[in-house]
Amino acid sequence: MVEAKFLKPDTLALHAGQHPDPVTGARAVPIYQTTSFVFRDVDHAASLFNLEVGGHIYSRISNPTVAVFEERVAALEEGSGALGVSSGQAALHIAIATLMGAGGHIVASTSLYGGTRNMLGLTLPRFGITTTFVNPRDHDGFAKAIRPETRLVLGETVGNPGGEILDIPAIAEIAHKAKIPLMIDNTFASPVLCRPLTLGADIVFHSATKFIGGHGVAIGGVIVESGRFDWEGSGKFPTLTEPYAGYHGIDFAEEFGPHAFIMRARTEGVRDFGSCMAPQTAFYLLQGLETLPLRMARHVENARKVVGFLKDNPAVERIASPELPDHPDHALGQKLLPKGTGSIFSFDIKGGREAGRRFIERLRLFSHLANVGDAKSLVIHPASTTHAQLDAAALKEAGIGEGMIRLSVGLEDPADLLDDLGQALRAAVKA
Amino acid sequence: MKLTVNGRAVSATTGGTDFDPAKPAVIFLHGAGFDRTAWRLQTRWFAHHGRSVLAVDFPAHGWSDGPALETVAAMADWTAALIAAAGLKQAALVGHSMGALVAVETAARFADKVRALGLCGVAAEMPVHPEMLESAKANTLKVQELMTFWGMGNALHKGGMVSPGLWLRRESLAVLSGNQPGVIHNDLAACNVYKDALARAATIKCPTVLVLGDGDLMTPAAKAKPLAAAIAGARAVVIPNSGHFMIVERPDETLEALKSSV
Repeated sequence: MVEAKFLKPDTLALHAGQHPDPVTGARAVPIYQTTSFVFRDVDHAASLFNLEVGGHIYSRISNPTVAVFEERVAALEEGSGALGVSSGQAALHIAIATLMGAGGHIVASTSLYGGTRNMLGLTLPRFGITTTFVNPRDHDGFAKAIRPETRLVLGETVGNPGGEILDIPAIAEIAHKAKIPLMIDNTFASPVLCRPLTLGADIVFHSATKFIGGHGVAIGGVIVESGRFDWEGSGKFPTLTEPYAGYHGIDFAEEFGPHAFIMRARTEGVRDFGSCMAPQTAFYLLQGLETLPLRMARHVENARKVVGFLKDNPAVERIASPELPDHPDHALGQKLLPKGTGSIFSFDIKGGREAGRRFIERLRLFSHLANVGDAKSLVIHPASTTHAQLDAAALKEAGIGEGMIRLSVGLEDPADLLDDLGQALRAAVKA
Repeated sequence: MKLTVNGRAVSATTGGTDFDPAKPAVIFLHGAGFDRTAWRLQTRWFAHHGRSVLAVDFPAHGWSDGPALETVAAMADWTAALIAAAGLKQAALVGHSMGALVAVETAARFADKVRALGLCGVAAEMPVHPEMLESAKANTLKVQELMTFWGMGNALHKGGMVSPGLWLRRESLAVLSGNQPGVIHNDLAACNVYKDALARAATIKCPTVLVLGDGDLMTPAAKAKPLAAAIAGARAVVIPNSGHFMIVERPDETLEALKSSV
């Protein structure tokens, strides 16, 4: 019996995209801190500019350090290619701008990062791109919201901050029936806990700032393409299937097939909008990727201990974690994310907003800041920070209560985390 | 670009320039289960350096109409018809794997239509592992995985693509997964039974280059030596650190080897 013994994800997290430097022998990925790359001759320069040969021209479009990061994320996400960009928001913007222009329409889950919700609901309409928001559990709602001008269905693997699990295979089927792609923000799961492209999604993006980095020292984003969506057969994506004057009439689907989307995103997206990833950032994020599988296992382990502790604490009114059997998406979470649903979840303290304020201010180990997925445990009050731009109705729609606290459980000794949470909860309800 | 061959629509990419039959033409023929896009790092260079290019999808592959052609000989007949349908008297043929066998067969039987040959990832015979054939016949994922696993050279299993950010394993699996049931088995079976390469090679007179990978597990470079020896004046270039997919694994070296011959 023969079998294909491909390198496994834990190995790819360390090796994908890189070979020891052939000139210096450097084992670590070198930081190619250069804006530009010398051409061998005039013909070589012209060939690079014309996409006749592969290689680097200018670090806004590609850079060798960033390319290692991109290939490694593509490998971990099971994608045909990836593009590193300056932030998760840049990834979202470039992906949308690659697929549609004014007149385009998106169907998106209501359970989204506040910044995503803001871009879709408030900013993009100014540029003629509108969005219909649908409860992530309302599958019929997704189907009904799709219009002739819809060009994308969008959701998060694990919703923010209510922990809603998107039924990726079911939503992908709905999107594909309408000949449009499904794009997933996989930031909260990371490719260790879920690989949406293997579940039917067509594009994945990350805020690599979060779990992928894990250290909280670099802002970055990444877009990954599955290589399987039939752009030509859809007939709805002229940016990918019709000649593009910006590259001498190139037809991306015809020439690049499984790389059509990511090639257009690179050659137009970062070329024209400029939101590229810096090589130093790619280096930092690669340090994170090397330990991502180990860290995610510990994140999940610690989060489960914290959820168990809070569940039994009398100061806690409600916990929104798909790890718990009473969460509406518990079974779906176990099916789609069998290694765990991550380490970010929210809960309500008895006593509402004021008790929440006291809780956050009494915490000693948890850092009060606007980030998630750090190796250090983090805490925030979404209604006044990450989702502050939402009005009361939108907050309710997103499942965010006035007193909701969001935790991102880190890698500390869990006993210390439980001690910290315990003393802060006591102080919060005592007053 | 769309052409009509034997009454059926054929899809081809022209490398980013208008196809001009007055220029020396180069026709690229893909391997089993793949399509025109495998040649993206050769076609555009030739098209912008004085040649007219057609990287075609064989029938039932990529965007071309079916049905699939069942034998290498039938694919050669089709290639000869394609040359005529494109308004050409002659073309250089560049083939990969199955496409290389088709190029050999075409050059031998339609010598006046073929001005040069580039044979990438080729061997005198291409026996296919029985489990691959079985899996292909059953249309299971295993054949796609084995073709990808054995097709990639050792180095590329860790990546390091020349084109930034691309991941070869998934590129291969994505293209292979796009085939209709039966197409991969059709191609592999055609390669498996084709035993005429050496006899055909002995009749070939046009300039020929063989482009081989030193780590090719599907068509080992050593197995190509008899073929190179059988073609008068043929040149063999062995690319270091390359598997069977040299056209995407080592595109620059592949292009360099092809430039002077086609």
